[in-house]
Amino acid sequence: MEALIEKLKEQIIKQLNLEDITPADINEEDSLFGEGLGLDSIDALELIVLLEKEYGIRIENPKDGQKIFFSIKTMAEFIQEHQKK
Amino acid sequence: MTPQITAFCHIKKNQVFLNGKRIFSTGPEVDMREFVKAAFRNTGTKYPKFFKMDDYSKLGFLAAEVLMKEVGESTIEAKSTGIVFSNRHSTLTTDQLFQDSIQSDDAFFPSPSVFVYTLPNIMAGEIAIRHHFTGENAFFVSSAFDPDWHTFYINQLFESKKISACLSGWVEMDDQSLEAFVYFVEKRKNQQNESMQHTVEELNNLYKINDK
Amino acid sequence: MAVRFVSSNIISSLGFSTEENFQNLLHGKAGIQTINDPLLYPAPFLAACIHQAELEERWIETNQKEVASTRLEKMLILSITEALSKTKIDISSSRTAILLSTTKGNIDLLNLIESIDPERLLLWKLGEFIGHYFGNPNPVRVVTNACISGVLAINTAAMMLKGERFDHIIVVGGDLVTRFVVSGFMSFLSLSETPCKPFDRDRDGLSLGEAAGTLILEKTSFPEQGDILFSGGATANDANHISGPSRTAEGSVIAIQNALNESGIAAQDIDHINAHGTATRYNDDMESIAIQRLGLSELPVNSFKGSWGHTLGAAGIIETAALIESMKADTILPTVGFNMPGTTENLIVTKKPLSKPLHTCLKLASGFGGCNAALVLNKK
Repeated sequence: MEALIEKLKEQIIKQLNLEDITPADINEEDSLFGEGLGLDSIDALELIVLLEKEYGIRIENPKDGQKIFFSIKTMAEFIQEHQKK
Repeated sequence: MTPQITAFCHIKKNQVFLNGKRIFSTGPEVDMREFVKAAFRNTGTKYPKFFKMDDYSKLGFLAAEVLMKEVGESTIEAKSTGIVFSNRHSTLTTDQLFQDSIQSDDAFFPSPSVFVYTLPNIMAGEIAIRHHFTGENAFFVSSAFDPDWHTFYINQLFESKKISACLSGWVEMDDQSLEAFVYFVEKRKNQQNESMQHTVEELNNLYKINDK
Repeated sequence: MAVRFVSSNIISSLGFSTEENFQNLLHGKAGIQTINDPLLYPAPFLAACIHQAELEERWIETNQKEVASTRLEKMLILSITEALSKTKIDISSSRTAILLSTTKGNIDLLNLIESIDPERLLLWKLGEFIGHYFGNPNPVRVVTNACISGVLAINTAAMMLKGERFDHIIVVGGDLVTRFVVSGFMSFLSLSETPCKPFDRDRDGLSLGEAAGTLILEKTSFPEQGDILFSGGATANDANHISGPSRTAEGSVIAIQNALNESGIAAQDIDHINAHGTATRYNDDMESIAIQRLGLSELPVNSFKGSWGHTLGAAGIIETAALIESMKADTILPTVGFNMPGTTENLIVTKKPLSKPLHTCLKLASGFGGCNAALVLNKK
């Protein structure tokens, strides 16, 4: 889980072009949208692509995104649950 | 009364010029995309969204940032400030980037954050958000910068009272090089500086002022 | 001095002339179908495409010069040719200019097509090609401003006619349903799984379409009774978000107000609004707010997106062409796909054709980048 969280932080920084932010700056329980990392609706769509591209997981209902992408931790838990072995 | 150009900015060959004077540069060995980022950091503005933009928007946004620091936001009517840009390649290098993500069926991952920038007017949208400009918008594509068209179009907008000020210019880029020439044009009640009128001749002069 | 609309053409999933398209809109026809073409998208999707065999047939009939042309170029050339054939205008005159409206032009050339110069990916090269084809001596101006391109091009044409140089402007616009555009809108989750339902309670996204359209505008000092005139036009930016419409409809309201100011017409004198109506939740809500804020909620509103799909750079042109026919016939066209109201502010959306004297009409458009456009038409 620890390793997955670290990897996710790096992937998100790269995919979303979060310049000047390092993995150490992101608290895994902070909210990704709004106050926390300040991501917006296009970033949310980009996270859906990231899950599919890097982990082979498709989100069928985009409304589920809100819960899955709440924080790095919720994302990691979702990946662990759904990743094909 | 002809509208007046109150400030102008050139960005090319890893240099930024404001009103004809060089205010920032990097060596020719620096990649042009890195140069744009460095020039933006140099403005002192903290705006994380800048780094998420595509290369065209970054370039236009940088020019607008340099200009608006000079013009002073408090002196203008943002609500009736327009943005009229043109270029030669529309968004071709960003188009190619998006095409790469959909080229094959095996690695088919279209990126929404790239796709949204495959429209050249998105740069105007980014600038509008930053400076609260809600006036007229237009984006034109031509083979080269056309002072004749820019003066006609924008002066008509002033004439019909649709704008009180306008950010205008040429924001161009391909794989090898980039070039921005962006200027701010206004119509004020008590204009002092009569030297830079928004005419074809003056615009031609200003466009070429840093060519020497 | 006045600017009047003298001719038009529409090439779409619903036909190859303005008349044919108007009849199909009047009868509530829709061109949106399931497309199963892995070259366009790996899975089946919905779109309103132009009948390919008929396009080719008409191209061979019309084109005597045997120049290698892309699909979009064929559409644009056929559209101008047909619109022009109903007039006596000399397209080779220096007093005539061509304005091209498109978002992505020949974007399918990113995959090389033999026999076509890849430079025609550049929009100004595409414009130049069209200009040369017709022997027009002026540079073809290209307007590319997302989904307001068409309306903006019409406004620009009217502005050019107010100058000294031109008597006629031919506004032509077109866009294709390509892998590029379909994949992009898919990645935005903006495409509906059913044919789109503008302003409907259950709307859940747009349907794409392809089209080309032409409007010919003329400067005149003596407009005649029944002429449809350009009365005013404007654009404005929301300054809010690059892909989501404003929740206060700020940009759309400013654009409408400025267009009305230019036309010298009061908001209460408008008879009918042809909206952008893409059938995404946010766009249609935004338009309902703009219309409410201007006190126009009692007016009949419609959208043609349920018939033609969203035709991007062609949309403003073909929708205005249909609105002009609508004004001539004093008949408001139906909104295909609309069934139950359900927008933030109440709207009166026309489900069936409606007879009403139409003197003054408003055309709206909005697009990515926070841009909005409005156009006021007036019948002499």
